[in-house]
Amino acid sequence: METMPRWADVILVPLINLVLAFSVAGLVVLAIGQNPLDAIYFMIKGSLGSTRGIGYTLYYATNYIFTGLAVAVAFHARLFNIGGEGQAAVSGIGAAVVMLAFDWPHWALALPFAIIGAGLFGAAWAFIPAWLQAKRGSHIVITTIMFNFIGAALLGYLLNGLLKSPHTQNAETVNFPEGAHLPTAHEVLAPLGIAFNKSAPANISFLLAIACAVLVWYLLWRTRLGYQIRAFGKSEAAAKYAGINAVRITIVTMLISGALAGMLSINVVVGEQERLIKEFVEGAGFVGIAVALMGRSHPFGIVLAALLFGMLTQGGFELLFEMPAISREMVLVIQALIILFTGALNYMVHDPVERLFLRRRKRKA
Amino acid sequence: MDIADAFLQLVLTMDMTIRLSTVLILACLAGLFSERAGIFDIGLEGKMLFAAFVSAVVAFESGNAWVGVLAGIGASVCFSLIHGLASITYRGNQLISGVAINFLASGMTIVIGHAIYSKGGQTPTLSGAARFHEITLPFAEALRDVPVLGPIWSDMLSGHKPIVYIAFLVVPLTWWILYRTRFGLRLRAVGENPASVDTAGVSVIRYRYAAVLICGVLCGIAGAYLSTSQAAGFGREMTAGRGFIALAALIFSKWRPLYALMACLLFGLLEAISNLYPNIDVFGLVQIPVQFTQALPYILTVVILAGFVGKAVPPKAGGEAYVKER
Repeated sequence: METMPRWADVILVPLINLVLAFSVAGLVVLAIGQNPLDAIYFMIKGSLGSTRGIGYTLYYATNYIFTGLAVAVAFHARLFNIGGEGQAAVSGIGAAVVMLAFDWPHWALALPFAIIGAGLFGAAWAFIPAWLQAKRGSHIVITTIMFNFIGAALLGYLLNGLLKSPHTQNAETVNFPEGAHLPTAHEVLAPLGIAFNKSAPANISFLLAIACAVLVWYLLWRTRLGYQIRAFGKSEAAAKYAGINAVRITIVTMLISGALAGMLSINVVVGEQERLIKEFVEGAGFVGIAVALMGRSHPFGIVLAALLFGMLTQGGFELLFEMPAISREMVLVIQALIILFTGALNYMVHDPVERLFLRRRKRKA
Repeated sequence: MDIADAFLQLVLTMDMTIRLSTVLILACLAGLFSERAGIFDIGLEGKMLFAAFVSAVVAFESGNAWVGVLAGIGASVCFSLIHGLASITYRGNQLISGVAINFLASGMTIVIGHAIYSKGGQTPTLSGAARFHEITLPFAEALRDVPVLGPIWSDMLSGHKPIVYIAFLVVPLTWWILYRTRFGLRLRAVGENPASVDTAGVSVIRYRYAAVLICGVLCGIAGAYLSTSQAAGFGREMTAGRGFIALAALIFSKWRPLYALMACLLFGLLEAISNLYPNIDVFGLVQIPVQFTQALPYILTVVILAGFVGKAVPPKAGGEAYVKER
């Protein structure tokens, strides 16, 4: 079958979708009597105009890389993991247990174990929905949604009981050992003579996120397992015929996906909060869906999309100060529109663009 | 505690259950129409939220609660049409479209609310005719002193807002439409085997749009109930996951209207219990934490989905866009 060139599919169509999403968002801003160009200016200035802004942008982007990769890995096996939110929440418990288990003398010692703890708990929370999908045919979308709520309840229960700090009324743990404090962007860059804002929360988790992106790329396109995952996603029947174990692929893919979502708590719980609080995921699990769609489930695209969404989140906070009439939930509207246009309404743009290309090719021939 | 006291507690709990189940029933039946026609809808939450917001605003500005409900329905139907456009016309992923709708509602309600009232997304408190008031059923006062039946009639069944009674009437109506009309038969067929319906010369697209629109209307009423009946105005994220509980109830009832009523009442009861008795002591032995009661609907749904207690099989053609054979 004739199709349009690959660059059009990978770059042109998403770009048109993005422009459409921002145009509709601009109409919403116009409708509430504000100037959309001013809004864009303040959002870019707020997110990139200072090292503080950049620090926050990178911090949010780190979260979105993790959750975006989590959604993307599952997408490749044609599994829709909508449970990143819950997996990340539960992974916080794993990270906190590790961090509170010892009086860690140095972060370099604590970090690998925190990664294992967070990854294991995140993966565990993805395991049951995965097993139910593979063995019992329960729809993974529904079970992961349910597990988001069950995870939130579990976290709330533990933070009000077993893990609760005796020193405060709030549902939170005691602070993690000070020795295990992860270096922030300021602390990493200062010895190199680069001045970076001290209060910005970006920390070395960003490098972990980049490493995860590279690993995911390597896994998907350079290993046997990755090939099996993609083959399974392309055609379950063909994959089975080729001897790929469907149950194994479904479960392994979801374990990887859950562990990736769990890395979010390295950035937020270990890196920024340095204690476990209740609402630390803050919707990042859902933003991961938008990031994965925007980035076409490719790690490189995901890093770019995560940076864009990081800018949106940070820019949205700053926007509120500059233009008080626009609430920061405008960011949610933009995210929704991006999901809608790049995800659900993709064919609306894809088909006409393809027809255009085919017609041109025919005329040439 | 003697028996009379216990009975009164029971009546009170059931009264609250009825109030809390109403939203779930309407949203669950909304999802039922949509999913029975083969369109998965995880955007029930978003449609309800948007409807709750719009009906609160319009009820406040017009001073009439019923006008508010109509506006809420209109708002919810708009979102339904987006879902229909994405999942029926443009063959997009129905789940992703649902996620987008939930996000859109979370964002739009606050952005618009903040722009109009500058109260962080909240709408002004509704009073007088802008809000619904309790309906007293006939003889409610006269029968109050009759033992057992008196409190059940006067305290439990009487004294609810109009939409509560509407919701309970929609259940048999849904059953009748689905199982006793040609429309219902075709609607179910569209969700099970669209190709056969198409062969019979019936438009799959048109039936799916009809289902999605009905879904929008019911979600609209559910949302309007939240902001004009259960509460007196709109508050940030006021649906609080009820759209997903309704979805859970839909699976729990295996996509059947009368069972849906039962499931919604059960989940409403769980919510009432967690409101009235946060931490339950079981004979002084174990304490059931409130988080467990709150998570129970989701846990039960996973158990049902797992097929350990009867299998929940969704409509066969659910989640797939229908592409005509050429």
